[in-house]
Amino acid sequence: MRFRAKIVDLACLNHFSRIINTIAKLAKTCILRLTVCKLYFILSDKVANGGASMWCELSQGNFFDEFQMDGVAAEHNEIYLELVPENLSRALKTAQSAKAVKIKLSNKHCPCLRVAVELPSLSSSSRIVTHDIPVGVIPRRMWNDFREPSVPDFDVSIYLPVLKTMKSVVEKMKNLSNFIVIEANLNGEMNLKIETDLVSVTTHFKDLGNPPWASEDGCQSSARGRDLESMAEACIDIKKLQQLLAGQQVNPTKALCNIVHKRIVHFILLHEEGSLQYFIPAIA
Amino acid sequence: LSRIGDELYLEPTESGLSLRAVNSSRSAFASFLFAPLFFQLYEPGSAGPDTELFRCKVHMKSFLGIFRSLPSLEKSVGKCLILLKPRASRLVLQLHCKYGVTKTHNLAFQECERLQAVFDTQRCTSRLCAPARLLADAVVHFPPTLAEVTLGIGPSGKISLRNYVEDEAEPSKTMVTELWLAEDEFQSVAVAPGSHITFCLKEFRGLLSFAEASNLPLTIHFDEPGRPVIFTLDDTVLEVHLVLATLSDLESNSQSPSTNGVSHLPALSDEFADDLESYMAAMETNEGGSEGPPSPTFPLRTPQPAESEPEEEEEGAVPGTPPHKKFRSLFFGSVMTPGRPGLATTQEVLAEDSDGE
Repeated sequence: MRFRAKIVDLACLNHFSRIINTIAKLAKTCILRLTVCKLYFILSDKVANGGASMWCELSQGNFFDEFQMDGVAAEHNEIYLELVPENLSRALKTAQSAKAVKIKLSNKHCPCLRVAVELPSLSSSSRIVTHDIPVGVIPRRMWNDFREPSVPDFDVSIYLPVLKTMKSVVEKMKNLSNFIVIEANLNGEMNLKIETDLVSVTTHFKDLGNPPWASEDGCQSSARGRDLESMAEACIDIKKLQQLLAGQQVNPTKALCNIVHKRIVHFILLHEEGSLQYFIPAIA
Repeated sequence: LSRIGDELYLEPTESGLSLRAVNSSRSAFASFLFAPLFFQLYEPGSAGPDTELFRCKVHMKSFLGIFRSLPSLEKSVGKCLILLKPRASRLVLQLHCKYGVTKTHNLAFQECERLQAVFDTQRCTSRLCAPARLLADAVVHFPPTLAEVTLGIGPSGKISLRNYVEDEAEPSKTMVTELWLAEDEFQSVAVAPGSHITFCLKEFRGLLSFAEASNLPLTIHFDEPGRPVIFTLDDTVLEVHLVLATLSDLESNSQSPSTNGVSHLPALSDEFADDLESYMAAMETNEGGSEGPPSPTFPLRTPQPAESEPEEEEEGAVPGTPPHKKFRSLFFGSVMTPGRPGLATTQEVLAEDSDGE
């Protein structure tokens, strides 16, 4: 089992760091899945996360100049590692002017991801900073726990408003309440609502547009034949929503959410370099 | 100085005004000596045959409060007068500002004993001198919350900085950051290969930002683990010393420094090359042999509890935060004469709390 990768381009390094920063805000510990073409950051819906789960998929070619991976076995050419993304985020934080960043799976005293950053220095040789990030190797038998979650059978799918606006609204609401209700309909309308003993606040968004989902096997999804005005809603932990929005430093190409009435909200953020899906369950 | 202690000690001497501070666990001490030339007027007072020059301590916060906003001070204050009035029990700071405005601050002070950590830079076996910028650039890679850092010299002479991981922390859970600096980045290097010391980053960072702001090179004097590390800045009118306790390494007491537990690192430093490629290749060739039980690269140990207990009782000082109990092999002690060899390795008596000379 081997893994080595190298980033040389500063813009790629910058993008990669930003994505890691986003992941670090959403998950304290997560799974990094490496395949020949892609990297995945996975958080499965354990109780520890308050039931939230995350699936982030990145094409390695978008970031790495070199990427070599030999999985656990020939027919299972993948590696699953458990790590603390905050560590990776910290390691990359001071690397933003680096000449090169190399990441390697190593096992000196215990398995780690060794991030070696080569920085320019005034002396004849470069400054090299290494960060050994401890990782846990996930055995093959547990890989099934981390499969890509399927898109839920949603009631409403809608594009999100400009994330910056949504973020500032949610941040203000967070001061007033721990829970927020997201409701939306197939007419491009979305409301964000909070309600406490003293006050209730609703922010209305309209003309957002609804993504067209082609039904895969021709059968009706619950979104079909649905009254356009009828709202599907879910009450979720506002902190989770705020974390998701706070992590978005760059506007995604597409941002949408799928709401299963009173069950779960599924956010999908598509960037050029990859996609991020985040599931927040509704509070009972 | 405020990063070190809550009280500011003012000690006028013939050679200038000395401002000092010590932290609650007595493991960090700093002094800034301003030569008489630094001031427009300097009158230390007169010492009689039986009396010394008056000295006192004030609350750090009160003193700092007077100089709260530096930019506006620079614009409005013409002169600052510091006057010690022993009989009135007041330290007077008078700011003469523009437009005839005079702000007078009267601070209450406490008389105090001479605060002096005993240290001798001449006795240190190793010395490094570098522009503050170099060290600041190095330290930035460590998280702001990091408590301790280990400074080490590899066998090929490269200087390394590494975050210190406590023995109690699980090595498999803690991220380790390490970086190397080349000899030619320093202004002078006189070190013993294989030597290393571990000290607290917080107080050092404070000195580093001062050094960077004043554009002065920083000299690091150190010796064996357990003996204090001394950072100095020198200028024509200013002499700065920061003395920090270092983590003592019991192994070093019996072994010579060259065999001092620096087992895994040298193999790497030997093959250390200037660029990333060969460095990573070198890592690979060393990887196969991870011999022996897993242990941190610098197997530092804490002083055994038995040895430090007597200190604690006599000292009566509750270790503050940070550093924690491991830095109990400290350099301030109560009444003990420096000549007692038995305790030399575990406790450095560098200042005597008792009164009188």
